[in-house]
Amino acid sequence: MIECKNLSKVFNQFTAVDDLSFVANKGEVLGFLGPNGAGKSTTMKMITGFLQPTSGEIKVCGIDLFSDPIAVKNKIGYLPEGAPSYDEMKVCDFLIFIAQMRGIPKEMIATKVDEVIERINLNKVYYQRIETLSKGYKRRVGLAQAIIHNPEVLVMDEPTDGLDPNQKHDVRELITSMAKEKTIIISTHILEEVHAVCDRAIIIANGKIVADNTPAELENMSKYHNAVTFDATIDFSLLEEIKAMGCVRDVEYDAKRKKTTVFPAQSIYIFDEISAFLKKHKISVTRLSMEAGRLDEVFRNVTLDDVKEVA
Amino acid sequence: MSAKMAIIKRELQGYFSTPIAYVFIVIFLMLSGVFAFYLGGLYERGQADLSPFFTFHPWLYLFLVPAVSMRMWSEERRSGNIELLMTLPVKQSDLVLGKFLSAWIFVAIALFLTFPIWISINYLGEPDNGLIFASYLGSLLLAGAFLAIGSCISVASKNQVIAFILTAVICFLFLLAGLPMVLDFFNAWLPQFLVDTIASMSFLTHYISINKGVLDLGDMLYFLMVISVWLYATSLVLDMKKAD
Repeated sequence: MIECKNLSKVFNQFTAVDDLSFVANKGEVLGFLGPNGAGKSTTMKMITGFLQPTSGEIKVCGIDLFSDPIAVKNKIGYLPEGAPSYDEMKVCDFLIFIAQMRGIPKEMIATKVDEVIERINLNKVYYQRIETLSKGYKRRVGLAQAIIHNPEVLVMDEPTDGLDPNQKHDVRELITSMAKEKTIIISTHILEEVHAVCDRAIIIANGKIVADNTPAELENMSKYHNAVTFDATIDFSLLEEIKAMGCVRDVEYDAKRKKTTVFPAQSIYIFDEISAFLKKHKISVTRLSMEAGRLDEVFRNVTLDDVKEVA
Repeated sequence: MSAKMAIIKRELQGYFSTPIAYVFIVIFLMLSGVFAFYLGGLYERGQADLSPFFTFHPWLYLFLVPAVSMRMWSEERRSGNIELLMTLPVKQSDLVLGKFLSAWIFVAIALFLTFPIWISINYLGEPDNGLIFASYLGSLLLAGAFLAIGSCISVASKNQVIAFILTAVICFLFLLAGLPMVLDFFNAWLPQFLVDTIASMSFLTHYISINKGVLDLGDMLYFLMVISVWLYATSLVLDMKKAD
């Protein structure tokens, strides 16, 4: 469990993190979303004890970070941005070094390293120097380093950044597989990732929390929530008729792709009404679907709003 | 294995897995030999001692030690590994000490590899081996002081070239603090007692006095104190600089 209370970080005059408060519980994957420079990494660096906050409180598993930083660092596994490691070392030597630094007893080190190698699938590169590895493997070494001591809390800064789709999938599966017994925070600006792994997402902009919801709730905030889309050749008069329906707020028509989007009033469920309407007028539709909402649209809205406010 | 030992081991492996270690050792051995025999006239003097050999160590260290220390921290900061290191459950003092000690051990290895000259002098005559031992100790302490300065500069600068040059310059000032060329500069505007203080800080004065075989506790403590002060400064600068 991670508790942050009124966390702030000021660099010179620049406020990177501004009065952030949140709690991440065990069994939860919390996603930090936000534009670049929003303060995601800075917050993570403070939780992991790398940076000293200007003000505020951090507790990890009930332990106060500032009264016992070593105990807190013991509980955390951290994958810094870009997954740094010692390039000139072999994968096995690097993991052994981390195990030693983490105070894992000598007789346990070999087992722990083997376990993590197995889990992250690093068998093939066991004796290879890290500098010779591909980006995907390097990232995996970073992950292995973060979970070698089976930490209760896992903090990962952009764990899938720069990986190919297969590697992204692997990393997400790994995160999901560990989610039950750990508290996990990941930062990302890939919105599909929020759906794929996060139970909850916090959107940060300019150092402030602008949204804190489940991915589904975030989608509800979208104007596309419960919007109905269909592909068909349709007269403008009929579009006007749809627009005039009581449950419809607006209609968008994309002439090029013959795609119509109907936005409901107050995000209510209008799928039945629209499909009945289309049936009544005998319009042949090639596709008819309802949208859950678009995260990227919500993301843009909440983060841009904030920029305007500041300006 | 304690964290400090793990760091020392890793750092030493780091030196030897890059060409730095071999270049350093080869150049140090070659130059220390060349200086002792050609400039110091070790052989022609006809005396069974190693003082021509040790006389040139400060000058060798002046440009070789910064080459070892320059990457100590700046490389970690550049690569982002510093974030990894400092979020491990390890005390910061262990990190600073571990890195310093590994560099010191590395220089000690290079120094140890000069043993053929000691064997030669024992073959040629009957030198005072106690004096030679003291001189080796003095040389090692001097290298330690240089390394501690280098550690602090390396943590302050991400750029290794700047770290190298600054370290060399600061070491040079400390080395020569007792000589007129430095003291004359201060004489003009500092009160006498401060000038005396600066003079007493000279590495060269303390080094020479150890080399004469006067194993004064004060000289040794002086170097150990310099090392502690600069390592403490390293830790302070690390706190300030680690984030940028």
